[in-house]
Amino acid sequence: MSLDTVPVGPVPTEPAVAEPAGPAQPFDDAELTGIRADFALLSREVAGRPVRYLDSAATAQRPRSVLDAERGYLEHANAAVHRGAHTLAEEATDAFEEARAGVAAFVGRDPDELVWTRNATEGLNLIALALSDPLAGTDPGTGRYTLRPGDEVVVTEMEHHANLVPWQRACARTGATLRWIPLTDDGRLDLAAAADIIGPRTKVLAVTHASNVLGTVNPVTELLARATAVGALTVLDACQSVPHLPVDFAALGADLAVFSGHKMLGPTGIGGLAGRREVLAELPPVITGGSMVERVTMTETTFREPPQRFEAGTPPVSQAVALHAAVRYLGSLGMDRVAAHDQVLTTRLLEGVREIPGVRVLGPQTAESRIGAVSVVVDGVHPHDVGQVLDASGIEVRVGHHCAQPLHRRYGATASTRASLYVYSTAAEVDAFCEALAGVRGYFGRG
Amino acid sequence: MSALEQLYQQVILDHARERHGHGLRDPGDGRSADSHQMNPLCGDEVTLRVALDESGDAPVVRDLSWAGDGCSISQAAISVLHDLVVDQPVPQAREVVEAYRGMIRARGSVEPDEEVLGDAAAFSGVGRHANRVKCAMLGWTAFEDALNRLGVTAGPEEEAR
Repeated sequence: MSLDTVPVGPVPTEPAVAEPAGPAQPFDDAELTGIRADFALLSREVAGRPVRYLDSAATAQRPRSVLDAERGYLEHANAAVHRGAHTLAEEATDAFEEARAGVAAFVGRDPDELVWTRNATEGLNLIALALSDPLAGTDPGTGRYTLRPGDEVVVTEMEHHANLVPWQRACARTGATLRWIPLTDDGRLDLAAAADIIGPRTKVLAVTHASNVLGTVNPVTELLARATAVGALTVLDACQSVPHLPVDFAALGADLAVFSGHKMLGPTGIGGLAGRREVLAELPPVITGGSMVERVTMTETTFREPPQRFEAGTPPVSQAVALHAAVRYLGSLGMDRVAAHDQVLTTRLLEGVREIPGVRVLGPQTAESRIGAVSVVVDGVHPHDVGQVLDASGIEVRVGHHCAQPLHRRYGATASTRASLYVYSTAAEVDAFCEALAGVRGYFGRG
Repeated sequence: MSALEQLYQQVILDHARERHGHGLRDPGDGRSADSHQMNPLCGDEVTLRVALDESGDAPVVRDLSWAGDGCSISQAAISVLHDLVVDQPVPQAREVVEAYRGMIRARGSVEPDEEVLGDAAAFSGVGRHANRVKCAMLGWTAFEDALNRLGVTAGPEEEAR
C-alpha cells in the first residue's frame, strides 16, 4: 500500500511544471510565481518590506505540500511504527517505509540502503564512530573498515565542521592519521595535491560534494574513484548538493553519503545516511537499544541488518513522511530544472557582487561547477554588521564562519556573509541583495 | 529612529572606529592579567589585558588594553569599557559591569542608568537582538575574567553568573 492509497489526509499538491524537451530550462516567471505561492512564509514582511529569504543553505523554507503531509499523517495515521497489530500501526509503518523508498530512490539507492538519522551531522558521526569502534569485529561480519594506527583519513580544507571534527576524534581514538586536500586560491580542491595524498595508506576519503561556503561543486566522481582504486572507503557529505543538483550516490561511487532534510524543503530532525548495502552491513552498530536488535539476553545481543541496525529508538516518523513529500515536490519540479534555475541566479549574483567596490567573493568567481551559495567578505565591515544592515531591508542572509573555520582562515577571513538561493529565489531578490550590499560600506563610513 | 539606527547609535559607530585601548600594551610594573575570549557564533576573538595599581586601599584599574577584530558592536563595547573603567577602583568597575550586564539582559525593557553607564547606555538596544548579545558582552566578559584571574574581589554576583 502506498501513501497515495492510505487515507493520510490531504493529498500533497504538487506544482504544475511542464517538462520541456532538450536541455533543462530555468523556471519562467509564471512557474516561479506558482512555486512561490506554495511557500506561505515568503509572503511575510521583515522591517516593513517583503522578506527576501537568501539563507536556504542554512535551512530551506517548506512548501504547503510538505506541511500538509506531516499534518495529514499526524491527523490520520499517527502510531508507533514496526510494532503493534492495529490498523494505525500498519498505516504508519507503510507511510514510514514508503517514505524510505521514495527518498532512497531520489538519491539513487534502494530502500534498504537508507538509514534515517536526525541530520547529516549525526550521519557523519555515526560513520566515524562505527569506524573507530574497538568492538568492531566482535559482531559477525563487521570490522573490515575499522581504523587502525598507520591508516589515513583524508578530508578537505573546505569541510563543514561536521565532516572534520568527527574524523579528528576518530583518528585520536584509533591512532589513524588525518590528512586533508588543500584548496586553490579560487576556491577549488587542489587536485594535484589530492593525487599525492590519496594513496595506499588512505582508509577513508570523506569529502563534501558541494561547499556550504564557497559553493564549489567538487569533481567527486574522479576523487571517489581514485580512493576506491586504492581500497579506501568513500564518504560523501551531500548536504548542499542533494537539494540543488540531480544526485545519484550509486553513480557517483559514494560508499556512504549523508544529507539533511531541512535543506531540501523537508523538516528539521531528519536526515539520511545512504550507503551501499555491503558497506552498511560491515559497520557495527553505534547507538544501541530498542528496534535495532534481534535476540537479547541479560549478557548478549545480536543486531539486525541495516538499515534498522542504525535506527535505535523511536524514529522520526512524521518527519520522514514530510521529507517524502519534499522529494516528491522536488521531483515534480525536476532536479535538472532546479539546477538550471540555480545556475541562472548564481551567475546574476556573482556578476552583481563583482560590481561592488570593497567586496570579495570567496570561492569560484563564475557559476561553473558551483551552486548558489555565495559568501563575501566586505572590506572593513564585519559580517555581523553586514547582516544587520541587510536585515533592515528585509534581506535575510547568513553571517559568521558557517561552521567552516579552517576554510575561512585559508582565505584570510574569520567570517563572511553568505547569500544562498533555492527554487523560490528570484532575480529581484538577487538584485535587492546586491543593491543593499553596495550600501553597507558607506553606512559604516568605509565607502 | 529606525531599528537599525537604534542599534547602531552614533556613539557606537564612533567608538567602533576609534577603538580606545586597542593594541596590547606592556603592563609595566605591578600585577596584570590577560583574558582571551571567543565568540563561537562568528569566530571573533579578543585578548584583553588589565593592569592594576595596588598602592592604595582599593586596587585601581591602572590600564586596559586589548587586541582583536570584530563587529562594530563588539569593538565599540570594548572601547566604551576602556573609557569607563580605566583609573577606576575595582569595586566601582565591577558595579559598572553589573549594570551593563543587567541592561543587556533586560532586552531593551529598562531605561539604562546613564549616571553609571555613560556611553555604554547606547548599547541598551543590543539586548533586543538575541544574536548580538554575545558581541556586546565579549570584551566585558574578558575584563571580568581578567579581574577574577587577579583575584580582586569577586563580588557576590559572581556566584550567580
